[in-house]
Amino acid sequence: MIDKNLIGHEFEAVTLPVEEGRLRFVAKSIGETNPVYSDPEAARKAGHPALPAPPTFVFMLEVDAVDLQDLVSFFGCKLGQLLHGEQGFVYHAPIYAGDRITVKKKVADIYDKKNGKLEFIITENDFINQDGVKVAETRTNYVIRN
Amino acid sequence: MPDPKFAEVQVGDEIPLLSTSPITRHTLALYCGASGDHNPIHVDIDYAKESGLDDVIAHGMLSMAYLGRLLTNWVSQSSIRELKTRFTAMTLIGDQVTCRGKIIEKFNESGENRVRLELTAETPREQSLAGEAVIALD
Repeated sequence: MIDKNLIGHEFEAVTLPVEEGRLRFVAKSIGETNPVYSDPEAARKAGHPALPAPPTFVFMLEVDAVDLQDLVSFFGCKLGQLLHGEQGFVYHAPIYAGDRITVKKKVADIYDKKNGKLEFIITENDFINQDGVKVAETRTNYVIRN
Repeated sequence: MPDPKFAEVQVGDEIPLLSTSPITRHTLALYCGASGDHNPIHVDIDYAKESGLDDVIAHGMLSMAYLGRLLTNWVSQSSIRELKTRFTAMTLIGDQVTCRGKIIEKFNESGENRVRLELTAETPREQSLAGEAVIALD
């Protein structure tokens, strides 16, 4: 069983650069063909200062900040046990290529169901840009299959 | 294209659906690299089998990215206030993913007009994601 004393644990904040090439690769990988997400000129013509990050990019920063392997190891679990149960995003401001985003992750809850056969790890994450603006929040629910 | 107007949309309206090409191993390899989710269960069949699966499974977040595209095809991204989903079933190699959104509520919050959408993603077998979004409309 995962140690429930880890509820409230705050991981060390990590600051990550948002790279234009990464955003182009992300757009390709999700089948996004709108040039606003892959062509900086098209983005500027649409009124953006640089390539915008698509809505679920925030989760990619979350995983970059604390690698999934490191996360499951922290809880004493294995990657093969991990399932993604729920994902929530709240958006406050856009993220653009060239930004530097600080990711703050904390453990919001840990609980189990089915006599411990399934354990749940809920994390809450804040994303703050180089100007100190909180651009997004996520709530991530992982399921551990025992 | 400008966003639809709050006054012109109604509860029950469906937004234009998004249907993807069948998911291939290549799709998952690209998403693995681009997303930073390097869990081998999505790209390494040997690892997937050791984990009790018959084959690799698609990243749930890839389907959620498709829900994001469903929304940004309909409104500008700056209008999206919230996006959330539950992952209700696995998406497998060869699955086409169909994403749908329907307006279920019109309301005013934080001084702006907003609509709540019910979102779903489906594989040819079943619903794979069940979610909601909140969109601000003028």
